[in-house]
Amino acid sequence: MLEIKNLHVKLKDEDTVILKGVNLTVEPGRVHAIMGPNGSGKSTLSYVLSGRDGYEVTAGEAWLDGVNILELEPEERAAAGLFLAFQYPVEIPGVGNMTFLRTAVNAQRKARGQEEISSTDFLKLVRERAKTLDIDAEMLKRPVNVGFSGGEKKRNEILQMAMLEPRMCILDETDSGLDVDAMKLVAKGVNALRDADRSFLVITHYQRLLDHIEPDVVHIMSAGRIIRSGGPELAIEVEKNGYADIKAEAV
Amino acid sequence: MAVTQVKVDATEARLAAIPAPDKGAAWIEAARDAARARLREMGLPGRRDEYWKFTRPDSLTAPEAPAAALFEMGEPQVFDGFDRVKLVFVDGVFDADSSDDPALAGVEIERLATAAQTDIHWARETYGILEARGQTPVPRPLAALNTACAGDGVLIRATARAEKPISLIYRHESKTSDAYLHHVIRVESGAELTLLENGPAAARFNKVMEVDIADGGRFNHVRAQGRDHERRAATHIFARLGAEAVFKSFTMTVNGQMTRNECVVEMAGDDAVAHVAGAAMGDGDFHDDDTVFVTHDAERCESRQVFKKVLRGGAVGVFQGKILVKAGAQKTDGYQISQSLLLDGDSQFLAKPELEIYADDVVCSHGSTTGAIDADTLYYLRSRGLPKAEATDLLVLSFLAEAVEEIEDDALRNEVTARLGAWLARRRG
Ligand SMILES: Nc1ncnc2c1ncn2[C@@H]1O[C@H](COP(=O)(O)OP(=O)(O)O)[C@@H](O)[C@H]1O
Ligand SMILES: [Mg+2]
Repeated sequence: MLEIKNLHVKLKDEDTVILKGVNLTVEPGRVHAIMGPNGSGKSTLSYVLSGRDGYEVTAGEAWLDGVNILELEPEERAAAGLFLAFQYPVEIPGVGNMTFLRTAVNAQRKARGQEEISSTDFLKLVRERAKTLDIDAEMLKRPVNVGFSGGEKKRNEILQMAMLEPRMCILDETDSGLDVDAMKLVAKGVNALRDADRSFLVITHYQRLLDHIEPDVVHIMSAGRIIRSGGPELAIEVEKNGYADIKAEAV
Repeated sequence: MAVTQVKVDATEARLAAIPAPDKGAAWIEAARDAARARLREMGLPGRRDEYWKFTRPDSLTAPEAPAAALFEMGEPQVFDGFDRVKLVFVDGVFDADSSDDPALAGVEIERLATAAQTDIHWARETYGILEARGQTPVPRPLAALNTACAGDGVLIRATARAEKPISLIYRHESKTSDAYLHHVIRVESGAELTLLENGPAAARFNKVMEVDIADGGRFNHVRAQGRDHERRAATHIFARLGAEAVFKSFTMTVNGQMTRNECVVEMAGDDAVAHVAGAAMGDGDFHDDDTVFVTHDAERCESRQVFKKVLRGGAVGVFQGKILVKAGAQKTDGYQISQSLLLDGDSQFLAKPELEIYADDVVCSHGSTTGAIDADTLYYLRSRGLPKAEATDLLVLSFLAEAVEEIEDDALRNEVTARLGAWLARRRG
């Protein structure tokens, strides 16, 4: 599904190198988690994969289902099936959440040569998926993320994911700033989307999200590299001992 | 200040070039004479005038109207889907054949050219009167010129709540037409009227609308200026509000080489509400100027000015907005915001927001900003699959929304939003 090879990334306008050779393969239907201390490059990895400006890929590749996505525009990556749930979702005053969702769904359908979704089908789908995430009609009417609480913003990201039905979902610290109930709700939304053709890359700072979204593989990222990979037990080890031991080991 | 010889000459040349309207009854001839005298005292606007610092008046004051290509609207026009009373003006002349029967319960509708022949008419209390009041502290010579020279227009008096809007539709059929229209609207106590305006009016268009709203009256105005790019237009609204009166005026402007919209509002009665808003989009040699002057002369009145302009390819947007709070206008709530979104480095937004306050217990705020499309927001939309151009347009609409939201009526608001969206989509190709 997703294959990242030897990815090196620096800031476009500065010499700062952030990713120093990331290698990662996510198979269809699998959930991979990336953990790592603040500033290790987790968000940068997700931004570079989804096409944010301001970074320069100096070496390496990223393949999604046989396409090198690093050569695509952000919207083309979305149409190819990539989705990033943002660590900091953006507020868009003046654009209703519902309008935004429908515009996005139709833009992707158009890019794939499909017809626009009918209003009734769309409404039905939104209501059904919003319900799982405890998103009410009021939240759907409001401008995108404007005045939303932290938890509402994150649930809204998952709703977009549910509506767009991407094949490769990247979740960047979707658990940060959430209380336990909100986190469970988000996890429920994510788990509802798990299937044999869809993969997840769950970036998190804490192990607790992984109690609810159980990963197949856990990677530890530090200073722009993946320094160790293992099973779910790796997350528990980190939770117990912190990153220091693993970092020391990797040096 | 004495009028310079250059101005005297320009003013006389201009007056001489305009055919005199049919001679009317004594009251209107007196109003026209007074306006002519006012104009001669001020002189036409010149490039050096402070009030015309950002907008060159030349094309509006030249003796002859610069020719403007006729604009063929292929598709249905804005407001076409609305149940309304249509009044059509072709190059500044009322066209009865294309208009609806001007009958609407609770509303008197009359053509100015006809009313001007009537010895006694309610409009004599308003025609040229609100315009004259609006000449201080800042002169508005093009409005005085209009009062002196306009031969046509519509007089509307609402005595009850009008059940549908009155829609003024302008048509431009002669390439060099120089049109003057003067409308007078009186909303009686407790009455309510919605007025719509759209369509290319003439090669050059000078319009004055005087709106007198009695205590508790409500007036809604939604105007679409658009797409006839070679248009030169100077418009003035002079509104006077009685106690608890409500005045809401929204203007959408797309395209146009020269548009100067002045709106002068006098809050004369306590607890009145006035909202003036505009959403403008243009590129290339687009020049759009909103000049607003709101005077608070009563207690507890609320005024809002909300203007948004989207500019690209060298377009120029101008906003001059003032809130004047007179002594004694306590508990005034005044708000003003003007913002521009520049889609490239060539365009300019020139703003002069002003507050002048002589009462001590008031809340007034104003702000003006110039910005570009936010890169993070654009990326967010694109990451959801919206192509760059479509995402940009969505952000343009979202930027304009605060102004469009000033339109009270849902259907009219949706219509304007749809038109703005369609214009953007056409530009996208
Ligand atoms: N646009 C940027 N400008 C400056 N520094 C950046 C930028 N993006 C990332 N960085 C730096 O790169 C490092 C990695 O950041 P980030 O990818 O956000 O880490 P993480 O998500 O793991 O906390 C940090 O030191 C951060 O300050
Ligand atoms: Mg991060």
